[in-house]
Amino acid sequence: MLMRMSKIVRFSADLLYAGILIFGFYVIMHGHLTPGGGFQGGAVIATAVALIIVAYSYEDLLAMVSKLRFIVQESAGLVLFLGIALVAVGFGTTVFANYLANSGSLFGMVVPFGSNPGELNTGGVMPLMNIAVGLEVWGALALVVLYMLSGIREKEA
Amino acid sequence: MFLNLPFIVVVLLALIGIATILLKRNLIKIFLGLTILTSSVNLFLVTLGYREGGIAPIYTLSPAGVMVLPTPHALTLTNIVIGVATTALMLSFAVIIYRRYGTVNVDEIRELRE
Amino acid sequence: MISEFIIQNAPALLIAVPLLGAFLSPLIGRISRDVRALWVLAIITLTTLLGLLVAYLVYTGGTLIYVFGAAAPTLSIPMDSGGIPIRIILTLDALSALMVIMTVTVGFSVILYSLSSDSRRSGLEAYYTLFLLLIASVLGMFTTGDLFNFFVFLEISSLAAAGLVAYKVEKGKAVEAGLKFLMVSAIGGVFFLLATGILYGQYNALNIAMLASMIQWTPLDKLALVLIIVALAAKCGSVPMHYWTPDAYSMAPAAVTAMLVVVSQASLYGLFRFCFTLYGLTLTYAVIGWTLITLGVLSMVVGVTMAIPQKDIKRLMAYHSISQTGYMLLGVGVGLAVLGDQALLSSYGFTAIEGGIFHIFNNALYKGLLFLTAGAVILRIGTSDMNRMGGLGHNMKWTMILFIIGALAIAGIPPFNGFASKFLIYESVFAFNPILSIIAMVVSILTLASFVKVFHSVFMGPRLPEYADVKEAPASLLIGMAILSGLVIITGLFPEFFVQHLIAPAAHALADQSGYLAAVLGGA
Repeated sequence: MLMRMSKIVRFSADLLYAGILIFGFYVIMHGHLTPGGGFQGGAVIATAVALIIVAYSYEDLLAMVSKLRFIVQESAGLVLFLGIALVAVGFGTTVFANYLANSGSLFGMVVPFGSNPGELNTGGVMPLMNIAVGLEVWGALALVVLYMLSGIREKEA
Repeated sequence: MFLNLPFIVVVLLALIGIATILLKRNLIKIFLGLTILTSSVNLFLVTLGYREGGIAPIYTLSPAGVMVLPTPHALTLTNIVIGVATTALMLSFAVIIYRRYGTVNVDEIRELRE
Repeated sequence: MISEFIIQNAPALLIAVPLLGAFLSPLIGRISRDVRALWVLAIITLTTLLGLLVAYLVYTGGTLIYVFGAAAPTLSIPMDSGGIPIRIILTLDALSALMVIMTVTVGFSVILYSLSSDSRRSGLEAYYTLFLLLIASVLGMFTTGDLFNFFVFLEISSLAAAGLVAYKVEKGKAVEAGLKFLMVSAIGGVFFLLATGILYGQYNALNIAMLASMIQWTPLDKLALVLIIVALAAKCGSVPMHYWTPDAYSMAPAAVTAMLVVVSQASLYGLFRFCFTLYGLTLTYAVIGWTLITLGVLSMVVGVTMAIPQKDIKRLMAYHSISQTGYMLLGVGVGLAVLGDQALLSSYGFTAIEGGIFHIFNNALYKGLLFLTAGAVILRIGTSDMNRMGGLGHNMKWTMILFIIGALAIAGIPPFNGFASKFLIYESVFAFNPILSIIAMVVSILTLASFVKVFHSVFMGPRLPEYADVKEAPASLLIGMAILSGLVIITGLFPEFFVQHLIAPAAHALADQSGYLAAVLGGA
């Protein structure tokens, strides 16, 4: 049996979904400048998945995305994180070294000293790792919600 | 006195948490007790990082002043993440236990106690 | 070029490789079961090789440090940091290296065993992910030189192990065991973090060496040590907090149980590391040493007396592993109790520490072997109740022989390794306090009696009709067990060689606080 909420709730959830997603990505992308980062942003986005489950239903969500997508996303995020850390060995430094910082390339601008308006293009590998962690947490927390729901459903069936 | 207030709250929260774990028979309430205990440690770590007059260690549009060291906050965040994972795993266990045993009362969950 | 990179970054790769294997195995497992098995095998082989390489480097070149994120692996104190090691530093001395050897050998055999024994279960993608995570976290606990990092690996190991214990849901019983384990571990973890916070608040450092160079013996430090001992003693299954052990060990799949032995010894390692290296001579070593000895004696006696009436074969072995943990606490506790007295330390203190550490190593081998043989028997006949077993020696000859090796080793019978380490413990503890040594011997005799009973009821007797066509355990199980039993025999036959080249450096590294500090902080 599908347990959908009313049309009004579903429409509001649709509207909110975009907002939550944008806010989550904002938190992830500004992880190296402001409080927040990969985990917090990923958790925010995962609440959007939970919102869809509440407003629509578990079955509706599974019709939209498969569990496999979240599994792939989780693994990809983790491998990306570890990969970024391990690539540092190629630069002659140790694992987790920040080889992109102040290099002038991607996220490589020199950070101005002291108080500044916040330059997004800084931080070296940290923004990249935030993105990786964000993807991972998004996938993982969505999976946690999905698996727990499927566990509860088995009882009713 | 004012500066010690957070530490008193930490001890109180920890005691509440431990008492909940020891005295309650409902699994979910025991989990709540554990969460309270974890929160008390988080509060403890955050309090360690507090310095009077210090500002948050964020350079973006920061006011002038002395910044606090962000390490305690990093520790707290890590513990929150670990707490989320522990709680999720415990709740999943509770779901399975409720399904198989039909109860979440710890006195009745005793298949293994021979 | 490549080999230089590997040697230079071996300590980090040792943790990174199993992590990578864990993260990718859910994806690779989608291709097919065989590909996943090959992937897991490749990862564990690589990890084993790296572990042996790291151990070789440590034993030949002295304490190894690896600084994450620094320009060079040994740059522990950056120029502009004001003499404070700000980064996360892996510190491997001889004791860590010994534990790494133990972990990778047991991990390798257990994975070989598991690839065959658990191959037909469902949910395997999560199983191997958790298994590799568990191995990575244990290796992390053994190699890290950072208090908070240790906590993180401790929690990863708790979560992974709890998931694995509950893996065979089995009418909820396994989940109940997993829940108990997770509850104890989570509370222990919180206590450990509280201790970390107390130390950090006083000394503004998380690095073990940095903390050790500043630590006093204030009331807060005492509280922190008590919290650490409570947390880690609970996680290693020492007596007042042992109740999770039989449940978790008996409900987990056999391969996981063998690995859990190593996990609980990682906590034991942490306990010894923090007592000796973090606090060192500042703590009132006689009191803390006697605390460990008391925990050890209680564990030995309670463990073995609880083991004798058990009917479930894995539950019985679980109680025995509590009792074996007691020997390690006793040995190292005696060493700690005389830490400040150089004369006593060199007359029997070092021997006691060597005995305790050697016993950790040996216990992981023979206890793993015993749990694996029990798993093979349960796999073939489908029950773990010893009253319903019997006459299996006719059909499972190799399993029986391997069981005998393990049983004689745990009981401390001469040609096997259990004897070698127990003898060191008896000898040194007798010089310290004869009563303790006599208790240890009595416990050993009771252990032998208990395993004779198990042997008799499982393997001896006439062939039972219901088990007439039971087959020998599959080859991959036997290979996994044979690796462990081969090591049990080799360490038992040449104990002097092992003690001299592996154990004694480890014991001296544990007692040598200043050497550890010098390796991390420079010549200070």
